[in-house]
Amino acid sequence: MKKTKSNKAWFLVLPVFILVAFSAIVPLMTVVNYSIQDIFGATRYFVGVEWYREILNDSRLQDSLVRQFVFSGSVLLIEVPLGIAVALMMPKAGKWSVVTLLVLALPLLVPLNVVGTIWQIFGRADIGLFGWGLNALGMDYNYAANPMDAWFTVLLMDVWHWTSLIALLCYSGLRAIPDAYYQAASIDRASNWAVFRYIQLPKLKSVLLIGILLRFMDSFMIYTEPFVLTGGGPGNSTTFLSQALTKMAVGQFDIGPAGAFSIIYFLIILLVSWLFYTAMTHGDSK
Amino acid sequence: MNKKKTLGLSVYIIFLLLPIYWLLMMSFKDNSEILGGLSFWPDTFTFDNYMTIFTDPTWYTGYLNSIYYVALNMIITLTVALPAAYAFSRYNFMGDKHLFFWLLTNRMSPPAVFLLPFFQLYSSVGLFDTHIGVALAHCLFNVPLAVWILEGFMSGVPREIDETAYIDGYTFPKFFVKIFLPLIRSGIGVTAFFIFMFSWVELLLARTLTSVDAKPIAAVMTRTVSASGIDWGVLAAAGVLTILPGVVVIWFVRNHVAKGFALGRV
Repeated sequence: MKKTKSNKAWFLVLPVFILVAFSAIVPLMTVVNYSIQDIFGATRYFVGVEWYREILNDSRLQDSLVRQFVFSGSVLLIEVPLGIAVALMMPKAGKWSVVTLLVLALPLLVPLNVVGTIWQIFGRADIGLFGWGLNALGMDYNYAANPMDAWFTVLLMDVWHWTSLIALLCYSGLRAIPDAYYQAASIDRASNWAVFRYIQLPKLKSVLLIGILLRFMDSFMIYTEPFVLTGGGPGNSTTFLSQALTKMAVGQFDIGPAGAFSIIYFLIILLVSWLFYTAMTHGDSK
Repeated sequence: MNKKKTLGLSVYIIFLLLPIYWLLMMSFKDNSEILGGLSFWPDTFTFDNYMTIFTDPTWYTGYLNSIYYVALNMIITLTVALPAAYAFSRYNFMGDKHLFFWLLTNRMSPPAVFLLPFFQLYSSVGLFDTHIGVALAHCLFNVPLAVWILEGFMSGVPREIDETAYIDGYTFPKFFVKIFLPLIRSGIGVTAFFIFMFSWVELLLARTLTSVDAKPIAAVMTRTVSASGIDWGVLAAAGVLTILPGVVVIWFVRNHVAKGFALGRV
């Protein structure tokens, strides 16, 4: 769509700019400030990039970074296809479509710590259906003792909580495809796969962009759920970046290194999101 | 084909509902029964857990606090995001693309990064432990998202409508409120749902920025961890109650959500 050129539009954007600047720029500047100083009581020393060097060489943090990437990658690889599949299976109209919409939205509205609490119980072998069921099937499942199980539980918890987001967005995308497309496809005797590949998937692109970006950002910042479920353990198996950072900043009060950590953390999310954004909007230059 | 679809969907829905069912059942059991073993249905059905919550002010004010700041956040976010989204969808202006991407970057900032500076900033301007403080903090991730989604809906409305309204002598504010907003009503419904959802489930910022007066329910829930162990029954009941406002919200916006999802430029 052609847009009018007008700098007066700035007045419409100004409230957003002021509001977000208040809650974003000032704190970000503070973090940058921390990250280049050694704060020793009231005295501050300028230390330059020393904290950054320290953080980048810290093997525990490197581990949690790798863990974080594996986790976010798994989240996207499972939730995006599953969400599309669920959207395709949803009834197109009528009473049942409203019912499924409501049920799908339900997990999204559970506060993060309650999600952790639910799975904490649900996964226990003695009193939770899930843990009990897995053990009854002959698996030795115990999320509190076995790192792999803990990891798996956090992943499943995330899939349970957030796949609906992708599904709802994709459902909306599918609803917006005019019937004429499907009619044309059936005249051409297109297979289901061809309909999906050449009609549905391209139409889903823009909602998938929103879905993938949101899921990437949020899974990369995951904190509360693993914290409630396992407290980051056993060992460090479910200590993701946010938790490592919070331990450093609030637990040990290492403000300088924590500041440097924050900036690096933020830049990574920014870079990866930008890559997704550019890759997915590439080609439809408006 | 259709049977397969229904079956697949049913399996997924059971997967979604089972953990919630488990929480619900637990909230009607007493602690000895919860810890006693696996059971699908409470032996002795009890409302004690819920009574604890409804009679103890620290519990129920937690709910009121959460509802209060989430509602505030919805109002603030929609008020500022609607005109901004309009500007992004209709005009080219200096730095528009940069500004849009900069807004998005705020959606990407991990709350853990901002905890300390937020705490300091909000304390120094007197916003610590106030509802408005939490509502403003949640704008950090909700405003960019709202602008983003609303811009999509607004771009779907033909420009001719704006032009006709101006020719008919409408002023901008009058056109915006009387004609434009009703047109994207469903989009606003969907956006409101997203704002509610993300603000309602967030805990890290809400907990850090409050201590007594504006403490959210999610933070109150940590209270059940005492020397004698976790009071699972009350915790489960509190969990069930945190889901209820969400159910009410979906119920109210259900038609808008279904319709809004169908009309958006996607």
